[in-house]
Amino acid sequence: MAKISEYLGGSAVDNVKKAIVAAKSVSKYNSLLELCEERALDLAAKVDAGEIKGRLAGVPFVAKDNFLTFGSKTTAASHFLENFEAPLQATAIEKLEAEGAICIGKSNLDAFAHGGSTENSAFGPTLNAADETRVAGGSSGGSAVATALGVVPFALGTDTGGSIRQPASFNGVVGVKPTYGMVSRYGVVAMASSTDTIGCFASCAEDAELVMDIIAGHDDLDMTTLPDYFDPTTLDMPKRVGIIKEFMSDDVDEDVRNATRTYATKLEASGFTVSEVSLPMLKYTLAMYYIIVPAEISSNLARYDGVRYGVRAETNDLNELYGKSRDQGFEAENKRRIMIGSYVLSSGFFDAYYLKAQKARTLLINEFNKAFEDYDILMGPVSPTPAFKLGANSSDPMKMYLADIMTVGASLAGLPAISVPAGVSADSLPIGVQLIGQRRSDALLLAVAKSQEGK
Amino acid sequence: MTKYEITIGIECHVQLATATKLFSPADNDARDKEPNAVVHPVDYGLPGMLPVLNKQAVTLAIKAGKALNAKIANESRFDRKHYFYPDLPTGYQITQMYQPTILAGYVDAPMEDGGSVRVRIHHAHIEMDAGKLSHYGNYSLVDLNRAGTPLIEIVSEPDIHSSAEARAYAEELHKLMVYAGVTNGDLYHGNMRFDVNISVAPEGSSELGKRAEVKNLNSFRSVERAAEYEFKRQVALLEKGERVVQETRGWDDDSGKTSSQRSKEDAQDYRYMPDPDIPPVRLTDEYIAEVQSSVPNLPPYYREKWSNLGIDGSVVSALLANQAFAEVVSEVQGAAGDSVAKRVANWFASSIQTDEHTSTVVYKLVPDSFVELAKMVEANELSSTTAKEVFNELLSSNKTAREIAESKNLLQVSDEGAIAAIVDEVLADPASQKAVEDIKSGNDKAIGFLVGQIMKKSQGKANPALAQKLIRERL
Repeated sequence: MAKISEYLGGSAVDNVKKAIVAAKSVSKYNSLLELCEERALDLAAKVDAGEIKGRLAGVPFVAKDNFLTFGSKTTAASHFLENFEAPLQATAIEKLEAEGAICIGKSNLDAFAHGGSTENSAFGPTLNAADETRVAGGSSGGSAVATALGVVPFALGTDTGGSIRQPASFNGVVGVKPTYGMVSRYGVVAMASSTDTIGCFASCAEDAELVMDIIAGHDDLDMTTLPDYFDPTTLDMPKRVGIIKEFMSDDVDEDVRNATRTYATKLEASGFTVSEVSLPMLKYTLAMYYIIVPAEISSNLARYDGVRYGVRAETNDLNELYGKSRDQGFEAENKRRIMIGSYVLSSGFFDAYYLKAQKARTLLINEFNKAFEDYDILMGPVSPTPAFKLGANSSDPMKMYLADIMTVGASLAGLPAISVPAGVSADSLPIGVQLIGQRRSDALLLAVAKSQEGK
Repeated sequence: MTKYEITIGIECHVQLATATKLFSPADNDARDKEPNAVVHPVDYGLPGMLPVLNKQAVTLAIKAGKALNAKIANESRFDRKHYFYPDLPTGYQITQMYQPTILAGYVDAPMEDGGSVRVRIHHAHIEMDAGKLSHYGNYSLVDLNRAGTPLIEIVSEPDIHSSAEARAYAEELHKLMVYAGVTNGDLYHGNMRFDVNISVAPEGSSELGKRAEVKNLNSFRSVERAAEYEFKRQVALLEKGERVVQETRGWDDDSGKTSSQRSKEDAQDYRYMPDPDIPPVRLTDEYIAEVQSSVPNLPPYYREKWSNLGIDGSVVSALLANQAFAEVVSEVQGAAGDSVAKRVANWFASSIQTDEHTSTVVYKLVPDSFVELAKMVEANELSSTTAKEVFNELLSSNKTAREIAESKNLLQVSDEGAIAAIVDEVLADPASQKAVEDIKSGNDKAIGFLVGQIMKKSQGKANPALAQKLIRERL
């Protein structure tokens, strides 16, 4: 893996060329859908000429292909947007470019970020960086694998229910899902607006911290962004850590549990107190998540109608235009979620499903708040298992959804959560441990992760 | 024979006079623009775009609330209403289904007979407009200039019971919204559109009949005519023993008829959902009061203020048809009192033709000039006829009333000596002798002839009353 510091001070053009060579050499992993070679080299030349300066001057990165970017298409790994060229860039991309970072390519994902393995990509799955027979995790699988393979020192992803944390865990890199509202969602293809967050992958917590520091902040173009608060410089180290009891049951892979306990022991050795905490509402989070998120998906994906951009079916009938364009443009998982979402929002069911789920979500938030009266940080595994085999869960959506059980809670509550590497399984598969903090405690989580690296 | 009663509720869409659209920075004025010229990526429904609520739209809604005598919600929210149509790029309209900004209120609409009808407002919500489709044989074109234009939809209670009341309500709503600065009120460009819900039931019946909704009426007259037509149509159905179908109907202004567009069975499930991209709008009472304090005087204020002037209802209507007239007459009233105000009011009412379209003519309205003019008439310096001539010129002139009267040589001569000379001259004229004889023998009407001669000789400037007095003194 590569560190940001290795790229600073040298030739930006060389950095970009090196990253592009590396990207091409690992093409069998299918982590990148498109390289923006020409634009990247143009920007690199500007950095080398001193026209662009900044904290990431000349540092290459990749962005999940649901970020609107110049220099390449933005497909969301869907047939629908297979040829879509964005007329503007996401706020996060603009902020990174303003600091001299250079996007060299767009990474693979589950189409429209619907999935947890990157197998739902319209352009084929991404292979796990540690084991090519296994999934990369998802939906930001391409970004995780590109980082793990050292193609780039960091990558952007989105996390709606675990889409950064879980692939980070599966590939042995740091993955950051910020507090909801810390990073602008402007210019990122929307999945579920109330839990969508923009975050990053990096080889270490320090690099992730730098990237988050750059992309964080209020944005007038996203009303849900919070006032600026991310500040990694003035921190009181927290001391009380709670291991979430519900995430340590016998259903969870033993290697995963052991890795989590080992990390806890290291924390104790560093002066943290660690004890078990129970959050009974967590067992309802999957039910809440798979009502609220599909509802928002069905709404956010209504714009893909074949009228203005993207796939447009050949027909003279308006209803057929909608039906056929959407049929051709969406993957099976997209359709499944649109149907679930349309169902739970339909008249007569709205109260029973959507409203009830929102009420349960409030109870969950209250329960987290209560836990944070006694603990500074909650911890647990990221996923019940290490990376599973390609195709193992593809035919069983319920099984696939169950793999999200440990990540959706923080998403529903809008909490920051990071995945940090915590060893490997007996099969040498990476295992991540998840640290969850109170809203706006993003910098604290990263500080704790930093304190444990190399121990 | 059964007598039937009509019950009407009106939903009125008011286009807000904001600089930009409800959720994007695109220009909100689509008039005279090429199709799709004012469309931002947000309006276009591009992937990754997020709505940013226009603060000015909220401010105008708060002002509208004052005009509607309505309470403003301290917390309101936006929801998504889903349906597929090419004029709706995101596949949902952002509206306020559950927690609107404007709560219950009322409007008192004046009727021609001098009375008024009170129409309660259920609520009014803020929402975005859709674009426009044009159909050409086997293809259609989409224009998104209007997509995202801010509207408030004012929903009345079914308190209206005649077509005349429906029109009166629509007209009053228009005045209120224009006066409060909420909308430009240009009906021709669709700034206000009315959906009229009409049902009929036997008089005294405790239940309302099935209602038909006539959509998209854009003039007061069509509101009135559509209500009239629907009353007749629905009564005829009931008389024949048939049923009124709950449906949406369109209005054809040329034929003066409504026709079925969509029945309730075709009603869509809009799958309403709170919009997760837009945080709740929280307004403190202090902020609401501050915004509403800038709302100018509204029609009811003027009606009250002029109630003792002794002017006709038609004059009041004519003045209120143009907010600037109402303001200037009110200022005149404040500065120079009721009698001067009455005179000026009548000039406005008789001089300017108004219609339901907002006039684009800009008048020069200087209260002091109107006061001066009225005082000149009271002092007999101008006749009422010549005063109107001066008034008309004042509306577009930078001169004072006196300057205009002087430059047009209209000032009446009230100098007794000067007029007496003319009187003597006329009485000595042989052509006047017959009239002089007639008057002496008791035919008083002949004096008019003599006064006319004097006016002629003085080129219209002699004060006729004074001239008459001088004639009588001499005969």
